[in-house]
Amino acid sequence: MYETSYQRPSSIDEAIKLLGDGEGEAKLLSGGMTLIPTMKQRLAMPSVLIDLRHISDLKGISVDGSKIRIGGATTHAEIARHDGIKAAAPSFAYLAGLIGDPAVRHMGTIGGSVANFDPAADYPAALLAIGATIHTNTRELSADEFFLGMFETALEENEIVTAVSFEAPQAGGWEKFRNPASRYAMCAVFVAKRTDGSVGVGVTGAGNNGAFRWTEAESALSGSFDGSALDGLTVDEGAMMSDIHGTSAYRANLTKVVAKRALAKAK
Amino acid sequence: MGVEGIGAKVLRKEDRRFITGRGRYVDDMSVPGMKHGAFVRSPHAHAKIKGIDTSAAREMPGVIDILDGQQLKADRIGNLICGWAVSSKDGSPMKMGAYPALADETVRYVGQPVAIVVAETRAQARDAAEVVMVDYEEMPAVVGSEAALADGAPQLHPEAEGNLCFDWEIGDEAAATSAISGAAHITRMKIINNRLVPNPMEPRAALGHYDPAEDHYTCWTTSQNPHVARLVMSAFYNVAPEHKLRVIAPDVGGGFGSKIYIYPEEIVCLWASKRTEVPVKWTSDRTEAFLTDAHGRDHVTHVEMAFDADHKIVGLKVDTKANLGAYMSLFSSATPTYLYATLLSGQYDIPAIYANVKGVYTNTAPVDAYRGAGRPEATYVVERTIETAARELGLSPAELRRKNFIRSFPHQTPVIMNYDTGDFEATLEAGMKAADVAGFEARREEAKGRGKLRGLGMSCYIEACGIAPSKAVGSLGAGVGLWESAEVRVNPVGTVEILTGSHSHGQGHETTFAQLVAERFGLPIDNVQIVHGDTDKVQFGMGTYGSRSGAVGMSAIVKALDKVEAKAKKIAAHVLEADEGDIVIENGEVKVVGTDKKLGWHEVCLGAYTGHNLPDGMEPGLKEGAFYDPQNFTFPAGCYICEVEVDPETGTTEIIQFVAADDFGNIINPMIVEGQVHGGLAQGIGQALLEGTHYDEAGQLVTASYMDYAMPRAWDLPMFKVETLVTACTTNPLGIKGCGEAGAIGSPPAVINAITDAIGNNDLSMPATPEKVWNAIHAAS
Ligand SMILES: Cc1cc2nc3c(=O)[nH]c(=O)nc-3n(C[C@H](O)[C@H](O)[C@H](O)COP(=O)(O)OP(=O)(O)OC[C@H]3O[C@@H](n4cnc5c(N)ncnc54)[C@H](O)[C@@H]3O)c2cc1C
Repeated sequence: MYETSYQRPSSIDEAIKLLGDGEGEAKLLSGGMTLIPTMKQRLAMPSVLIDLRHISDLKGISVDGSKIRIGGATTHAEIARHDGIKAAAPSFAYLAGLIGDPAVRHMGTIGGSVANFDPAADYPAALLAIGATIHTNTRELSADEFFLGMFETALEENEIVTAVSFEAPQAGGWEKFRNPASRYAMCAVFVAKRTDGSVGVGVTGAGNNGAFRWTEAESALSGSFDGSALDGLTVDEGAMMSDIHGTSAYRANLTKVVAKRALAKAK
Repeated sequence: MGVEGIGAKVLRKEDRRFITGRGRYVDDMSVPGMKHGAFVRSPHAHAKIKGIDTSAAREMPGVIDILDGQQLKADRIGNLICGWAVSSKDGSPMKMGAYPALADETVRYVGQPVAIVVAETRAQARDAAEVVMVDYEEMPAVVGSEAALADGAPQLHPEAEGNLCFDWEIGDEAAATSAISGAAHITRMKIINNRLVPNPMEPRAALGHYDPAEDHYTCWTTSQNPHVARLVMSAFYNVAPEHKLRVIAPDVGGGFGSKIYIYPEEIVCLWASKRTEVPVKWTSDRTEAFLTDAHGRDHVTHVEMAFDADHKIVGLKVDTKANLGAYMSLFSSATPTYLYATLLSGQYDIPAIYANVKGVYTNTAPVDAYRGAGRPEATYVVERTIETAARELGLSPAELRRKNFIRSFPHQTPVIMNYDTGDFEATLEAGMKAADVAGFEARREEAKGRGKLRGLGMSCYIEACGIAPSKAVGSLGAGVGLWESAEVRVNPVGTVEILTGSHSHGQGHETTFAQLVAERFGLPIDNVQIVHGDTDKVQFGMGTYGSRSGAVGMSAIVKALDKVEAKAKKIAAHVLEADEGDIVIENGEVKVVGTDKKLGWHEVCLGAYTGHNLPDGMEPGLKEGAFYDPQNFTFPAGCYICEVEVDPETGTTEIIQFVAADDFGNIINPMIVEGQVHGGLAQGIGQALLEGTHYDEAGQLVTASYMDYAMPRAWDLPMFKVETLVTACTTNPLGIKGCGEAGAIGSPPAVINAITDAIGNNDLSMPATPEKVWNAIHAAS
């Protein structure tokens, strides 16, 4: 790791100010579960780290009927064990509980995960499927507007993800097929039957441009929210990622298999 | 025996410090004035070094010095050696490519050390190492052994034409060929044994300390054999004279073979300390470990196994290309030859065997012994082939094995080994019973109903442990003897210190070795201290590898204990005015049989040291040493049975059940033995299902972190069923065979045999990742 310095703001405004006035590159630090390993490998060399975890406006979960709002600095573990989320959107809590390992879940945050948009990150699949809203210090964006492509989001410089909000789906299902080495998703699918009756299918780990919505499946499922509705579909191999762990053909196959399993679990 | 003697399941003494995080490893060591080293490493798999510019790096904060291969050469630090001379079939010696500890002209693998930066802090050393400008002229690279042997392949070493280090053979080619040509059935296979990265929990580290006042050197290093390290560093590398060099291997967090070797880094740290007159410490990070720890396996083999009409094996021919990596490592010539092909007879009576092994240089990290070392590769070839033959012949795998088992001992194989004892039928029976093989078909049917493919696979392994009789290995080219030493020091109060040349890095020696004393004198193991890993404290010894610490290391202790016991009895007989032959030692007392005359053990010991009342002419003191040289290898053997369920939609394999029925000879501590089996199985199953080392065409290691290199986790493993049976080894005093590697040796073929049985396609290589299995299912249908 290169030498760096550390700041602990207590408000969003203070964090934004620090982001603007540092010399060299300032970086927001949330759980550090992605940023710190990157720094240890000397692939990032921020001159200052601005820690978001002590800003009270970024913390906490509120559940109001089916409306859920999660502060950006909320950890995966807090989401996984939150009684309100478990009752209103159990599949979302289940997803959070399968991220990484206990150490990662107690440090890593939803804001960091969403901002980083790793092509195998779990939340983006769910947020796309559910039709969530990403809140920043300046605006609100739909998940569709926010997630642009591999490690690319609509975030501007000096913009902080402050919260994520969504309406709990009538039914949601999560199935994750892990990469044997990293245990990130090789393919994971979130299926959601939204309150307006439409269906969302978010896929992560498999696509060659980050998490995406499998729109053909969404249309097929809007008639009947059941795995058999996917039988006739094929997944376009050309849009799939290919690496030493799996070819695009394999990932295309996984997408369908995993989506069906997510549907079988949906509740 | 005492309650803590041989056969007792006592808890490990060393675990208190390990479990509470109080172990002391090389990286925990600190000496006054210590500075930090960071290595500049090659980013290329093959390149000429045209120049090294350190000027900018020298200006970086904290930098003390930067040393490179030219300075190393000027100081006449010797090239790395290989400790086992293997000759080609034409009689020519193997072709060693020169391997300087810091590359001076050419780099041949990614990660090869080129220079060291010594700085005040670790971070400063690393920052400066990044700024050292090395001018490389890239050259084409080759990473696979078959490609490296092909015409027109990039050439690594001027010494080794065609990248061939040796073209070695064993057995009778004419006999094997003629047996095969007249056979009723021949099973032919191409078998790949995948390259593995050892991944001990503790990465390598070295702290070199030259003390100019004393003109004395100390090297703390993560070594499985510090005495050999001291010998080699002084006699061959010329870093320090042997009598002025102390090598210490303190707590070492796993080795699996990868810490046998003397690597460039410890040589360079010690040399750099001499040059800079400051102690220099380096600790590998995980990326360096992936790139530079000696890798394991990496064989490509063609095999022919021939049967007569009665299904008896009549001949076996094996052709193996062993990837050696870019340079020879300390034992890398022996691993794919004498530790491999000598086990190709397996548990079977095979009249004719011939093997040809080509050792091949490639632009990859050096390859050497890794848990099992040659024996997993042999077992994989034999056990995959015989299982395949059974399928081809329409026989049950157990039946074909039974038909061919060796049943009388001693048994001389056509490939050097002479098995002293064993009962292969018994381990097969025990394994099949524990695995409920009889009920398998019903389970397969039941699984089918759930859409799962269930399969059963077997592996009957044999290995050679207790490495090794010095005279025999000497005649085969070993540069050292493979005996072990021990010293038993009884203190005046009766407590005992055992100094051993074995080295414990996870095996539990502090407990098992102490149990020998508990057995002998009836002392609590808490009264016994095991001293190892420091050349200033312990006499010369050969270290720990090849499951030798029990069979060889403990045998040396037994010899020394014999001498201590004899002397103690003489003293007691003298004091108690009894006949020496009537003295027995038990439960901490020294008694005259059939009488109530006795002394406490501590009284005898104190008497030995006061010298007030000793037999005429006896020297005072109670301390004895011994060297033990084994007469033969030992031959642990067993039967492993794996049952899997494959999910045909994703190709995922789940191990439903794994049975290990092992014959390790006599057992000192069943709990530790079971733990060794568990660990070995985890590694073997890791090789079979998960661990694949992948270099790209340019020689970059793609799997250089845990993001891409899959290690086995508890989640991947079933609860193991471990059974042990005993035929006592006939060639060492304890009758023990060794258990450290069996799990890793026996399990891979059982797993792959099970998966191929489940999916109905035998064409599957390790690691059997979900994708590969899914493809194999689709290829078959
Ligand atoms: C071993 C391991 C296994 C893992 N497994 C999984 C897995 O299975 N599934 C999964 O989804 N993830 C996994 N992760 C990643 C984990 O979920 C991380 O928590 C997540 O990717 C990043 O969140 P963080 O809070 O740690 O962010 P950090 O590492 O602190 O930051 C990540 C990036 O986002 C920026 N950033 C952070 N917070 C904000 C914000 N509020 N606004 C704007 N930018 C911000 C940072 O500047 C940085 O660039 C794993 C990580 C590890 C180490």
